[in-house]
Amino acid sequence: MKRRVLPGLPLSLGITLVYAAIIIVLPLVALVFKAASLGFADYWRIVSSDRAVASYLVTVSCALAATLFNLVFGMALAWVLVRYRFPGRRVVDALVDLPFALPTAVAGISLTTLFAVNGWFGGPLSALGVKVAYTPLGIMVAMAFTSLPFVVRTVQPVLEELDPTLEEAAQTLGGSDLSVFARVVLPLLTPALLAGVSLSFARSLGEFGAIIFIAGNQPFETEITALLAFIRLEEYDYPASAAIASVMLITAFVMLAVTNLMQARALRYTVRN
Amino acid sequence: MKISLDNVVKTFDTFRAVHGVSLQIESGELVALLGPSGSGKTTILRMVAGLEYADGGHIYFGEEDATDIPVRDRGVGFVFQHYALFPHMTVAENIAFGMKVSKIRRSAEAIRERVEELLALVQLSGLGQRFPGQISGGQRQRVALARALAVDPRVLLLDEPFGALDANVRRDLRRWLRKIHDELGITTLFVTHDQEEALDLADRVVILDKGRIVQQGTPEEVCRSPENAFVMRFLGDANALPATVRDGKAYVQDVEFDAQGLADGAAEVLFRPADVAWREDGQGVPAQILRVLDRPDSRRVLAKTTGGQSIEFDTAPEFPHRKGEAGFIDIRRPRVYATG
Repeated sequence: MKRRVLPGLPLSLGITLVYAAIIIVLPLVALVFKAASLGFADYWRIVSSDRAVASYLVTVSCALAATLFNLVFGMALAWVLVRYRFPGRRVVDALVDLPFALPTAVAGISLTTLFAVNGWFGGPLSALGVKVAYTPLGIMVAMAFTSLPFVVRTVQPVLEELDPTLEEAAQTLGGSDLSVFARVVLPLLTPALLAGVSLSFARSLGEFGAIIFIAGNQPFETEITALLAFIRLEEYDYPASAAIASVMLITAFVMLAVTNLMQARALRYTVRN
Repeated sequence: MKISLDNVVKTFDTFRAVHGVSLQIESGELVALLGPSGSGKTTILRMVAGLEYADGGHIYFGEEDATDIPVRDRGVGFVFQHYALFPHMTVAENIAFGMKVSKIRRSAEAIRERVEELLALVQLSGLGQRFPGQISGGQRQRVALARALAVDPRVLLLDEPFGALDANVRRDLRRWLRKIHDELGITTLFVTHDQEEALDLADRVVILDKGRIVQQGTPEEVCRSPENAFVMRFLGDANALPATVRDGKAYVQDVEFDAQGLADGAAEVLFRPADVAWREDGQGVPAQILRVLDRPDSRRVLAKTTGGQSIEFDTAPEFPHRKGEAGFIDIRRPRVYATG
């Protein structure tokens, strides 16, 4: 019999699989069953209703914008935290995790207060003609805030491991700063960036607490899908709620599958022989 | 391309890594910078490359002052100790990198041909489509050399190029690098802490200690006439016996050595383990054998002088004496250096 260094593999494998089934798979199966109880015609009517489709558009477009923002800003933040030593670096490093720790409702209320027309940010912005609170822009701000840590925390360790002599080698070969970044640094960070982006996007799709305070929640304009599912729930229309939720589930699943494929492609070079 | 360093200085925070080093490397020469860690050899190499900026002094490429030319425009080929190959690119893509980012436009066909040519030069034809993670250490270092040569550098710089490889591969690559250098005739500067490597490979060896040049010359010159005790010790095993100089003679326990030109005072007599003959009686420093170690082609004797100094020397395999025996050590080619 093959001996392993760590004992009890069958036991721990069993426990973790059962745990994953109870915590993750069971609720999702319940959701699918609930939605399936509708029959196809009703299901299709609910998930393709104008209000639902409008909510998908708002949610996905805001989540895309927030993720794009976090991709750029999160990478810059990770870069600064890894490559520079400055006073207060550890404080900034700790601050990155704050959106994780903060109850999302608190984040939502704080952001609304700041970005309301009479708030610290909202006042000057409205003078410039930019309205944030109670518009899709507010939804983006809330999504970007709550999902910021993902890109930073996935890129940071990879950047720390990135050998600086690779950049030096590229420079001695005549590479400009831009080509060193584009041809050497970026490709090596791509797997981590994809992981961070997919988590950030998934979180933005599902964010609820922070958004409902700042969004204004006008159907067809600033109503997110999660809120629509919640409204159906409050109306005791469980199957309709499950149907709308299932659309979000499928979207998140497809998105994670696609980024996994892209990651595997970006990591081709690590496959030996 | 001739390279000159004129009084180059480099300080990191408060640590002065390089103290006013001046050095000339003739066109086509292969020069080794040899020194222990912390001697500033790598810093000098990186300043020539433009990876570090000199705090003082000038670096010339030919007649051109290259001190402030940024690394990417300096036209150097740099080979790193740990290869620094781009892990996400194939061997061929690694070699092509410099040509792709160059300001000089080359057709894809021209780049492909040049890559093939370089792969043949470093004897890796057929491995172009492998990733660096799929080849051996020695092969990686050859790829790194091909990559550095691809941009037709004015000078080739190697930082401990064989440091991460095992002994056999090191020796092969060393001889092979010398061959490539003789074929291409490119001015080459390399850094090593391995004296055997420096003596094996270089036309000229520059020995550094604590950010200063302590001696430079051909391997023969530095081996046959080390200018001070540091060079003598650094180039190979050396025994040292404390001595006193009086009137041009050095005395070790009443045994006299020639010390022409040395001022009176404390000194030491240095000699190689091979430069000792064991005598049962007669002249020499009295000593006792502590141990005899066997080597394939010799016996090494560990002994202690009656003055209490440990020494080691090599003898023929037939050396008949044993532990505990007393006698005299007769020193050939002693070198006397003042201490303090």
